[in-house]
Amino acid sequence: MIKVQGLNKWFGDQHVLRDIHLQVAQGEVVVVIGPSGSGKSTLCRCLNRLETAGSGDILIDGVPAPVEGRELAGLRADVGMVFQSFNLFQHKTVLENVMLAPMKVRGDARPEAERTARELLARVGIAEQADKMPAQLSGGQQQRAAIARALAMRPRVMLFDEPTSALDPEMVGEVLDVMTALAADGMTMVVVTHEMGFARRAADRVVFMDDGQIVESAEPNAFFDAPRTDRARDFLAKVLTH
Amino acid sequence: MSAFLDHLPQFWQGLVVTLQLTAASFAGAAVVGLVITALRVSPVRVLRGIGTAYVETFQNLPLLVLLVLAVFGLPEIGVKAGLLETAIVVIALYEAAYLAEALRSGVNAVAAGQGEAARALGLTFSQSLRHVVLPQALRTVIQPIGNIFIALTMNTSLAAAVGVVELTATANRVNLLEAQPIPIFVGAGLAYALIAACAGFVTGRLERRLVMIR
Ligand SMILES: Nc1ncnc2c1ncn2[C@@H]1O[C@H](COP(=O)(O)OP(=O)(O)OP(=O)(O)O)[C@@H](O)[C@H]1O
Ligand SMILES: [Mg+2]
Repeated sequence: MIKVQGLNKWFGDQHVLRDIHLQVAQGEVVVVIGPSGSGKSTLCRCLNRLETAGSGDILIDGVPAPVEGRELAGLRADVGMVFQSFNLFQHKTVLENVMLAPMKVRGDARPEAERTARELLARVGIAEQADKMPAQLSGGQQQRAAIARALAMRPRVMLFDEPTSALDPEMVGEVLDVMTALAADGMTMVVVTHEMGFARRAADRVVFMDDGQIVESAEPNAFFDAPRTDRARDFLAKVLTH
Repeated sequence: MSAFLDHLPQFWQGLVVTLQLTAASFAGAAVVGLVITALRVSPVRVLRGIGTAYVETFQNLPLLVLLVLAVFGLPEIGVKAGLLETAIVVIALYEAAYLAEALRSGVNAVAAGQGEAARALGLTFSQSLRHVVLPQALRTVIQPIGNIFIALTMNTSLAAAVGVVELTATANRVNLLEAQPIPIFVGAGLAYALIAACAGFVTGRLERRLVMIR
């Protein structure tokens, strides 16, 4: 589904992604973990080209991801993304947030877009919030709305960049529940997160990054119970004691 | 005061021309200003350069110079256009630079994540500008745009210098007959103030209507 080959990325002369190779199969849930600054967000943002790669290839279903223009917009329409800071459109209601892209990008008619949007809002458990403005919702509700907005494009892959990091602890669960259900439905997902419980429960594979490199890639139980590298062991020791 | 009242129909005619100049050039400035704003925030360096060059040029030339150049220069190169039309186009192009500056500061006030989220959904750059970034940017710069509208209204009086018989030119003409500058120009000034007051009222209303909860 996604194939990343020899991806390198520099910010100025800082080498933030070093020769990344990664494959994500159809229906697979890959959780990316690693210390702050290790390049997890950058990798995630390179996958839909919100960040331009320095070198290397990104293939989606065997086709090189387009670099610019309408073709790139077409790629992004098929790759959903959920941000740490929700990024709901502040001037639109929750319902309008979900309807915008299907109407403008897919050309869906309004009644159809509205029906799908309401269904999705119900699916993430915020049907009653449809006509509110984003700022009137709690963080957890906003993030669920953002997930519904991404799903409305019927994406083939969903990218999550620390979707629960900006949330109060009591709201983390409601968002993770939606993501777990999505994973169980067979959605292909790449999830950057610090939620180790979610990784154990929902991931098919855990990818551990450090200093711009993929250091370890393993099935979750194997990774958490017996990390192979010292760096992964150190990292786990730190996060799991908290 | 009778010097003013005796010539009421003339003043009315002048006011109508001033309103035409104001409305048409503001509409033109809005369209051109939006295009220049889009250029200035575009990811393409050349387009950004063009936008910046435009703003720099028009902000660094006096409107009166531009008006005189257009009115006397265009016929020289074979372009024939009415005085009023020429003035409208020149004022529109000039004020567009100021509108573009205001709009760009509005765009900068919109969080980067908004445009990113729009593009991540598959909207093209211009779609994300049109449906997500600009509507939010506009809400933050209603007040400055109202001020530009008022400045534009006042600037239309410069068209008098190139022969457009708008409100100020009318006052001048009437004064040549009556030689009573105080009542005549106070009357004309009040008319300008009235337009400005209306603009202030409308922007105040718009600001309250479009206020965005963040
Ligand atoms: N726009 C940018 N310009 C310059 N440097 C950047 C930019 N974005 C990220 N970086 C740098 O790139 C490196 C990787 O950043 P990235 O955000 O991908 O890390 P991360 O693993 O997501 O960290 P975190 O867990 O804190 O989110 C960091 O050193 C960061 O300072
Ligand atoms: Mg990050």
